[in-house]
Amino acid sequence: MRYIGIEEIENIAIGAALLGTGGGGDPYIGKLMAQQAVEEYGPIRLISPDEVPDDALVIPSAMMGAPTVMVEKIPNGEEAVAAFEAIQEYLGKEVYATMPIEAGGVNSLLPLALAARLGLPVIDADGMGRAFPELQMVTFYLDGVPATPMVLSDEKGNNLLLNTINNVWAERIARTATIEMGGSVMLSIYPMDGKTVKQSAIHNILTLEEEIGRKIREAKERNEDPIEEVLKLTNGHRLFKGKVTDINRKTEAGFAKGTATIEGLDDYKGEECYLHFQNEHLLAETKDKVLCVTPDLIAVLDSDTGMPITTEGLKYGARCIVIGMPANPLWRTDKGIEVAGPRYFGYDLDFTPLEDLIRKEGN
Amino acid sequence: MSSYRIGIDVGGTHTDAVILDESYNVISEVKAPTTEDVSSGIYNAMKEVVASADVPVEKIKFAMLGTTHCTNAIVERKRLNRVAIIRIGAPATLAIKPLVGVPEDLKTILGKHVYLVRGGHEFDGREIVELDEQHIYQIAEEIKGQVDSVAIVSVFSPVSDTHETRAAAILAEVLGNDVALSMSNEIGSVGLLERENATILNAAIVDVARSTADGFVQALKQEGIHAKVFFGQNDGTLMSVEYTVKYPILTIACGPTNSLRGASYLTEQSDAIVVDVGGTTTDVGVLIGSFPRQSSLAVEIGGVRTNFRMPDISAIGLGGGTIVQINDDRSFQIGPESVGHKLHEKSLIFGGDTLTTTDIAVALGKAELGNPEHIAHLDKALLEKIYAEMIGMVEESIDKMKTSAEPVPVILVGGGSILFPAELKGASEVIKPNNSGVANAIGSAISQVSGQIERIFSLDELGREKTLEAAKEMARQEAINAGADPDDLVIVDFEDVPLAYLPGDATKIRAKAAGALAIG
Repeated sequence: MRYIGIEEIENIAIGAALLGTGGGGDPYIGKLMAQQAVEEYGPIRLISPDEVPDDALVIPSAMMGAPTVMVEKIPNGEEAVAAFEAIQEYLGKEVYATMPIEAGGVNSLLPLALAARLGLPVIDADGMGRAFPELQMVTFYLDGVPATPMVLSDEKGNNLLLNTINNVWAERIARTATIEMGGSVMLSIYPMDGKTVKQSAIHNILTLEEEIGRKIREAKERNEDPIEEVLKLTNGHRLFKGKVTDINRKTEAGFAKGTATIEGLDDYKGEECYLHFQNEHLLAETKDKVLCVTPDLIAVLDSDTGMPITTEGLKYGARCIVIGMPANPLWRTDKGIEVAGPRYFGYDLDFTPLEDLIRKEGN
Repeated sequence: MSSYRIGIDVGGTHTDAVILDESYNVISEVKAPTTEDVSSGIYNAMKEVVASADVPVEKIKFAMLGTTHCTNAIVERKRLNRVAIIRIGAPATLAIKPLVGVPEDLKTILGKHVYLVRGGHEFDGREIVELDEQHIYQIAEEIKGQVDSVAIVSVFSPVSDTHETRAAAILAEVLGNDVALSMSNEIGSVGLLERENATILNAAIVDVARSTADGFVQALKQEGIHAKVFFGQNDGTLMSVEYTVKYPILTIACGPTNSLRGASYLTEQSDAIVVDVGGTTTDVGVLIGSFPRQSSLAVEIGGVRTNFRMPDISAIGLGGGTIVQINDDRSFQIGPESVGHKLHEKSLIFGGDTLTTTDIAVALGKAELGNPEHIAHLDKALLEKIYAEMIGMVEESIDKMKTSAEPVPVILVGGGSILFPAELKGASEVIKPNNSGVANAIGSAISQVSGQIERIFSLDELGREKTLEAAKEMARQEAINAGADPDDLVIVDFEDVPLAYLPGDATKIRAKAAGALAIG
């Protein structure tokens, strides 16, 4: 167990933006919420999954909806508490701890704000190790853990308890309700016991984010290139460097899809990289080879500052470096690839691990 | 009847002024030192440029000022108004209070009267809850006599401004006209905290803007000039005095924009890279459709995060005064230190003791300045290497700013532009216009008038084509309201970004129309 304060939150937010792989929403709002909560309620206890008793009740917390709505209609902080209390009452058991389901983007920080308010510990784990757009895209689901009972709460005081036949239905109903409730709600979801957390969650992810954030900030202060450090921490690889020369976007069923063309600079001069995204960066390829594909992680970093660029922030002329990072082994199973691999997102290719793609190229 | 206009631009080192005739020919130009109080530097430059122009003062009909008064007031935390902040958004938004993330010293000055009121809208224009009008009345009574200025911010006001407008009406009813009201929907776009910060800063500098405007008008009158006065804003267009006093925050960072716009005008290029070489740095910017390409990053003003759009500028530490250090082993270091505006005392060609980039250019015969004999002893082969690296630095910066490999025209402006040759890699041509030393003041003088809208539209209602056209029409109307000639309007900037995770094809659209000042 250790305590998380203002400084640690600052670092986690940067790591969360990187593991957000272009999506997951700007962690900025989550960071400020967590920091205000720490100022009002004191520091947060961060515990490792091993410290959680097997039979303890754990309830992750997250936001659902459009990050663009959340940056305008900021939560009041009580939504997550209400969602938590409603599910606790329904299950008739006291909650031991909370945790993120999604470490990438804004959702890594929101459980911290909740934990500070309630005085509960946060578990150093999540269900994605990155960001993904749909509720069933979590490692808990791969192990058959149901998303429901879950509760959606808005700032007006509405609570909605869902019990669905499967996680796809949970996703479908929750998404429709979210729109009616104002485009952005807080969830308590995937209630599970401590044993399940140990088996099915991705461990030590908040600590990894904190280290990534610290390295990027330190390198920035020393005017050094932070990317090497980031690659070391994540076992990642540098895939491409260039500038964005074309962006093609469309919205389908609430998802921002598109392709960015990046023209090579320096070592990559004369080449082009095509970056396909659907809220998150999902596939990076050149004319004749795949560089990295989901569920492995693709992050785009500003080549001047080393800071992550989101899919919405990708602009004509942006100078960037594309990096790839291997996904947690839980994602590289048959079930993991079925749930969040290239074919699920409509890309006609098989998943190949990043290391194999790199090796094939002979680097 | 012929008429003239004065353009003035305040920079870090120099305050530049020009007088143009009605065909925009430069009649006179002046570079005066920028003074600590800014104002007296402006008056000096203005008097000097009028005196040297030799035109009848009554024929000077317009005066355009690009100034740093407002930026300085925020950065120095001086002369700020007593402000009240009213955020309409409860029960939402309470998890992050106003001024969170703002530097402590500024928070202390601006955070004395902060109110959170029930109200605000959803992304689709529905009310979150009704506006608590009683609370606004109560606040109005409380702040009576306590504040000079109020910032009013309501959730999703870029989609529906009704709660902000209603709150402003109540405040005006109770407080009268002595208290300035800043409404967020007229200042920023979606993104509550950034828009709120910009609105608060705006409220804080209303008096600075008013006294700057009054002072400038008075100074003109003393010279017998009864011109219509305009202020430059950061998008390269003009605001009337009335508008400036309401929205002074829009004057922030008009300088780089003026320089780009001036370069465009002097060369008649609409799409080009502009390289502005000063004494200490070189700023590289991009012209698209005669306007600066804007940066996509959040902009901080005096340590405060806002969502203003600023020109996308890449600055490198290389200017006419940049110091070159040569080591014993013939290795060398270019900058980033500079002798700044002391070039005429410190550089070798002027008898000083410091080797500068200007000395290098003169020694190699690339420029004519000072006394070349002072540098005749230097090793030419080494100087060629240094010069090649200087050019390499600028070429790399140009390449980074380009959006494709296609060669583009490059415009060189600023006092240090004599350093660089008539050919650069990646440039289809290199243009060094006349009067390039005061391109920024010219940019200020020739500015157009613009109108802009940025809000979320649902494409489902009207369909894509009609929605985009409606957005453009709203922008045109804004420009006409601001004083643009309706027959001369062009859409100069347009962007639509679909919003993730929302149905109904919700799309954020930004449109800007600009046109010449309606004269008469």
